[in-house]
Amino acid sequence: MSSLPSSPLPSVPTLPPEHAAPGLRLEQALQLLRHSGVEPPGSPDQALYLQALVDALVDLSSRDPLTGLANRRSFELALAREIDRVARSGEPALLLVLDIDHFKRVNDTHGHAAGDQVIKAVAQALGDSVRPMDLVARTGGEEFAIVMPNCQPSFGLSVAERVRQRVATTSINVAAHTAMQVTVSVGGAFAPQWVRSTTQLWMQRADQQLYRAKHSGRNQVCMEPAALPQVSEQEKAMLFDFPNTEAGS
Amino acid sequence: MTHARITAITSGKGGVGKTFVAANLAAALARQGSKVLVLDADLGLANLDVVLNLAPKVTLHDVMVGNCTLEQAVVAAPGGFDALLAGSGMVEYSRMTPEVRERLLAVVEQLRPRYDHILLDTGAGISDVVLFTVSLADAVLLVATPEPTSLTDAYATMKVLATVQQRRHLHLLVNQARHSGEGRTVCQQLQAVLDRYVAPGLGEPLRLSLLGEVPLDAGVREAVQRRQLLLESQPGSPAAQALVAAATRLLQQVENA
Repeated sequence: MSSLPSSPLPSVPTLPPEHAAPGLRLEQALQLLRHSGVEPPGSPDQALYLQALVDALVDLSSRDPLTGLANRRSFELALAREIDRVARSGEPALLLVLDIDHFKRVNDTHGHAAGDQVIKAVAQALGDSVRPMDLVARTGGEEFAIVMPNCQPSFGLSVAERVRQRVATTSINVAAHTAMQVTVSVGGAFAPQWVRSTTQLWMQRADQQLYRAKHSGRNQVCMEPAALPQVSEQEKAMLFDFPNTEAGS
Repeated sequence: MTHARITAITSGKGGVGKTFVAANLAAALARQGSKVLVLDADLGLANLDVVLNLAPKVTLHDVMVGNCTLEQAVVAAPGGFDALLAGSGMVEYSRMTPEVRERLLAVVEQLRPRYDHILLDTGAGISDVVLFTVSLADAVLLVATPEPTSLTDAYATMKVLATVQQRRHLHLLVNQARHSGEGRTVCQQLQAVLDRYVAPGLGEPLRLSLLGEVPLDAGVREAVQRRQLLLESQPGSPAAQALVAAATRLLQQVENA
């Protein structure tokens, strides 16, 4: 079975007949994986071969090829899941949208290869400045987004600032002896707690803040004003300082 | 011509029994002779229909997009009051646009002359939808349980209503009170923190008054699960009696106003 003479690539395994449905583009799938540097899983006669193959393809189709970040497709799925969670649990979640400032200039001045280097370096910087549970995605050419589950509103601005600063202080080698730096503008909005909203509305709100950041001079963070005001530790302490005699009755 | 007194029922935290209180308070008011309408203003996560076990064909959503008249969308609820349900499809209104504002305002203005009391069952939290619907009300009733996150969110909501909407008088209903007098304690506690941290910034006092204390009552869970009004299914239960007492206090306020 593995020695069919018609196979164009001897290294491409063939499926056992029970799996070889007509029109199954197995070769193409394996080529896609190899092209993306993913070693195809096991050999076709192993159990769960198709499962492993589907998993690898799913992974491939969720990622942005240049940066390895989540792509727009998987980002939108993650955002929808987060909206559902926030509506049910009331846990605050933050969405940041980011855009590299004057990216066209990078391309025009240093060429598209340099532009790619910049995108990759920014992606790396973003990944390095968030928690493992956060999802960083490349949503467009020079656009990124970060979904941060369970992020307290009081931390929103400092988290976004940390991300912005991390990018601004990253030195990027775009060619031999040519290092450069870029900045990002950041817009942020929290998911409306207890409200079943839509991903579009959440994105719109964050985009509005990004627009503000761009128009107030770039390289800065704009956050949608918090809906609920902060309740300080002192206020909380006083709020729960029940007289023992009454609380115990 | 009557001019309904509009009471917004809100909570800060979700899941504290806001809609349950709205529906049963409405039934209690109706029983005391008032013409009452409950408007499901929780546009994003409406569930008055679930609590009342109603499945109307047309809803507030249809009124707002012009698919039907207001009269067609108002339904008679069990308990002798009317209800205007938000309906699904309202998710698009979880963001308050000027257009949605206008339409909602028009709906409330049309309803106002027809009732003695309109209860707005708002969403939890303080979204701009909640702030807007609360701004339409003459009085605000906050529902909270004695549980810490509920109290913290209720307190945060009071802060917003005092500073953003210049409210100087708020009402509190403590739901799921674990012992008699807990509502009083909670109310005093909230008042003390407001006096210390919020009122000084306002330059005038902010008054929180206790409208009622609804005890933790097994009958409530049973009624909610059966999708019945507590006042109908278990009118003699402690929680039902507490809600009737709260309604009486609400009526007294109107007389005194």
